[in-house]
Amino acid sequence: MPEGINVKPILGEPVLKAEDLTVRFKRRNTDVAAVNGVSFALRAGETMTILGESGSGKSVSLKALMGLLPPYAQIQGKVWLNGRDMLTMPKAELGKLRGGAISMIFQEPMAALDPVYTIGEQISETIVQHEGISYTDAMKRALGLLEQVKIPSAERRLKNFPHEMSGGMRQRAMIALALACSPSVLLADEPTTALDVTVQIQILLLLRQLQEELGMAIVFVTHDVGAAAEISDRIAVMYAGRFVESGTVREIMKSPKHPYTQGLLSSTVHGGLRGRVLETIPGSPPNLAELPPGCAFAPRCRHVTDGCRSGIIPVITSDSGAMVRCVRATETVTA
Amino acid sequence: MSTTQTLDARDRGGPAQPLLTVDNLRKYFPVRGGMLNRQIATVQAVDDVSFSVRKGETLGIVGESGCGKSTTARLLMHLIKPDHGDIIFDGDAVGVESGITVNQMRRQMQMVFQDSYSSLNPRMTMTESIAYAPRMHGLSGKAALERAETLLSQVGLNPGHFARRYPHELSGGQRQRVNIARALALEPRLVILDEAVAALDKSVEAQVLNLLSELKSSFNLTYLFISHDLNVVEYMSDRVLVMYLGRVVETGPVEQIYRRPRHPYTRALFASKPTLDPDRRTTEMPLTGDPPNPINPPSGCRFRTRCAFAQAICAEQIPTLALPFEDVADTATPHLVACHRPEAQAAMGGAHHA
Amino acid sequence: MSDATMDIAGPTLPKIDQQKLAPSPGYWKSVGQRLLRDPVTIAVTCIILTILFITIGAPLVTSADPFQGSVLMRLKPIGTPGHGLGTDETGRDLWTRLCYGGRLSLLAGVLPVTFALAIGGSLGVLAGYAGGLVGTLIMRVMDVFYAFPSILLAIAICGMLGNGLTNSILALSIVFIPPLVRVSETVTTQARQLDFVEAARASGTTTFQVIRHHVLANVLGPILVYATSLISVSIILSAGLSFLGLGVTPPTPEWGLMLNSLRQAIYVQPYVAALPGLMIFITSMSFNLMSDGFRSAMDVRLNK
Repeated sequence: MPEGINVKPILGEPVLKAEDLTVRFKRRNTDVAAVNGVSFALRAGETMTILGESGSGKSVSLKALMGLLPPYAQIQGKVWLNGRDMLTMPKAELGKLRGGAISMIFQEPMAALDPVYTIGEQISETIVQHEGISYTDAMKRALGLLEQVKIPSAERRLKNFPHEMSGGMRQRAMIALALACSPSVLLADEPTTALDVTVQIQILLLLRQLQEELGMAIVFVTHDVGAAAEISDRIAVMYAGRFVESGTVREIMKSPKHPYTQGLLSSTVHGGLRGRVLETIPGSPPNLAELPPGCAFAPRCRHVTDGCRSGIIPVITSDSGAMVRCVRATETVTA
Repeated sequence: MSTTQTLDARDRGGPAQPLLTVDNLRKYFPVRGGMLNRQIATVQAVDDVSFSVRKGETLGIVGESGCGKSTTARLLMHLIKPDHGDIIFDGDAVGVESGITVNQMRRQMQMVFQDSYSSLNPRMTMTESIAYAPRMHGLSGKAALERAETLLSQVGLNPGHFARRYPHELSGGQRQRVNIARALALEPRLVILDEAVAALDKSVEAQVLNLLSELKSSFNLTYLFISHDLNVVEYMSDRVLVMYLGRVVETGPVEQIYRRPRHPYTRALFASKPTLDPDRRTTEMPLTGDPPNPINPPSGCRFRTRCAFAQAICAEQIPTLALPFEDVADTATPHLVACHRPEAQAAMGGAHHA
Repeated sequence: MSDATMDIAGPTLPKIDQQKLAPSPGYWKSVGQRLLRDPVTIAVTCIILTILFITIGAPLVTSADPFQGSVLMRLKPIGTPGHGLGTDETGRDLWTRLCYGGRLSLLAGVLPVTFALAIGGSLGVLAGYAGGLVGTLIMRVMDVFYAFPSILLAIAICGMLGNGLTNSILALSIVFIPPLVRVSETVTTQARQLDFVEAARASGTTTFQVIRHHVLANVLGPILVYATSLISVSIILSAGLSFLGLGVTPPTPEWGLMLNSLRQAIYVQPYVAALPGLMIFITSMSFNLMSDGFRSAMDVRLNK
């Protein structure tokens, strides 16, 4: 197969930038540190995947970016969308951005689509609300969008209700809805997880193609290493609310530096491992209500040293922009 | 992995006799609706499925949602009554007068479900759950509890910590270990693993897969491994059965199926698998659209509506599982394909899907 | 069953997944702990216990005779010396009548629900577990009962059987069977689809054992909670029947009947006349809140 990945020049101002984003869920007798300082910058046309297991804080980060967390969530840090701070923005303005300059797709399309309206009505409604154009024009745009996401016989599908469509079609319809106002950032929360493998690859290819056509930035959240390898330019590996490693898709897939990333990749099953005992990461992820000091991965790490359990873990950034948060990073990066 | 069988006292037909043989298994679910709750359609969930599982092997069943793989598992356990078909366990027909009863079969055949939480009774502790079935089968309470604690440690959970816990206190991986222990409590010979690792995180999934492999050799188990995950099936199975819309489309040894898939559907399925290699990304869609609705599936070959090689005969005749034309009869583990035009596949050349 | 295969050396696995966990308190203990952390439920449970005490132990908290009236002491206001809560239209001490009257009111609240629970619960579990023709048959019969408003149905049955306490309890039992059948059928249908019920069936457990150990244990909680909430309805309905003259007959003290007979005095002594009503309100409200409290305390998953 030919070189399927284009190395994009990292140019221009980032469209989405987060600095030290933290999210805590404080309630009567629990204090869950879900996200503990996430920073990144994303440029137009770039896809960053946040890769992590359940409870790593990947979905919470995404919802924090979109302002979708419940009121008791305490969000700190800074998030800029096209240079404007989203977290201090008045609610009304944020509402305009949502579905406009930044939009989101979900794992379960039925959660994002309203069951009592047709697909066409929902898409055109969004366009009318954000751009104030006439309903007829909006409906024409909706038709164009459905064609763009490759829904066959789009004209007929405009009049379909979500429950009349198959899973893959619904996912496409949701993508069309998210793209209605040509967002500069698309947030994707596990959009392929619930799909069959033959449909999953179709959606991944569609997202890649749409990005080429529209030039938006994508934040793709998944637990699936395979999907991440198919779609990302960059991958950030998340563990216990922190990015433990980030880099280009090649750097992460081919020479992971952080012991957690290494463990995650080697415990990802593939046929070549037949007959061999799988390498595993022992134990299970930490309780976010009682995070250990130092490196959160230390209790499961095979290279653990005394330095891991106390103090601040150094963050090593290489010339290429790759980042590792590990005491041993200096050794592994140079190794 | 298949010939290192030690003698099991319950073995009847010797190693050559399949542990489980399934013949023409069929289940149609009625779809009711309308004013009088009449049957308005039929879901052909499982249609004439036949296969056998040899002693000591792992047979993988792979397919997408709606292909009937989970229904097959429930039919085998008689959790759903089959409409038609014979189940033969180690030479004994199940549920017929001359054979063994369903309950006798269930003593030797157990199942692990996908959802680790809902498959444990929330009101029972871990040892109570594991000890339950042996006690119902007449083991004394004390002996059953002892067996439960032994099993807990055999699945890697310290009984001191976990024996008296309730399901909601455990993580998904820990609960699935308990479910495996519960399935082993009756000392079954065949364990059906129905998407048993699908809901787990990757790092936990690997732990549980390792556990399954170890248990298989130490308890002389035979597995029926059902999953939608092609990688996991390839890792675990000796032979593979590929299902599409309620029918078996291809079956054979895992290496042959994965190296040289013959059925157009199997090819497309494997080509859809993410490559895990950023330098060799998938660039073309192997298949378009979703699988059709299992209510009123296409006539003839059920894959023909999405098949690039479909011809008139594909709509008229149901293809039967057969050796592709150029294969020399490898009778021990034949590679069978249900396709009218396997030569079209051969003409495509043996493109490898790693 | 032989232990032969158990003796084959088990796999020696690395001991993993063993982070320290606090000792498990057990299900009912943890329910108790959650109840103790819920002040509303504790308060209403105390109120119910108090009401139980003063009604059952009525002779201990009052020395007056609930039937002994006095022409001179008719309709005295609250705070009258010797009659702290006033007197009724025939001069009987209201506090005493409330204490004794609670006996029948509570009985009329609890008994119909208990009978209905026994019959309706079993029918519902049967319908839910068996499904199919049996289930449909039971549910359709219940639907017929649903066609009548419960109070009208109770009045009709009482009218047919004649008045009296026994008949009103019987009538209310019949009224409460359909909702209990429906609730138990729903929770049982949900429970029987859970994988652990399938797993139990797959291990060759008999249907009776599956229902007893796996289904009942998990549906009894929600059914009981629902039944508790019906107690308040039953108290109100039986008071209503008495009020209409279909339940107990005068001079027997009973809250609904007292409310009826004091009705004419509403302009003379409005506060006294309202007292039986207040008791009905407090009692039924407490039962309602208590069932709510138990519902949330018994939900294992909320406590994560």
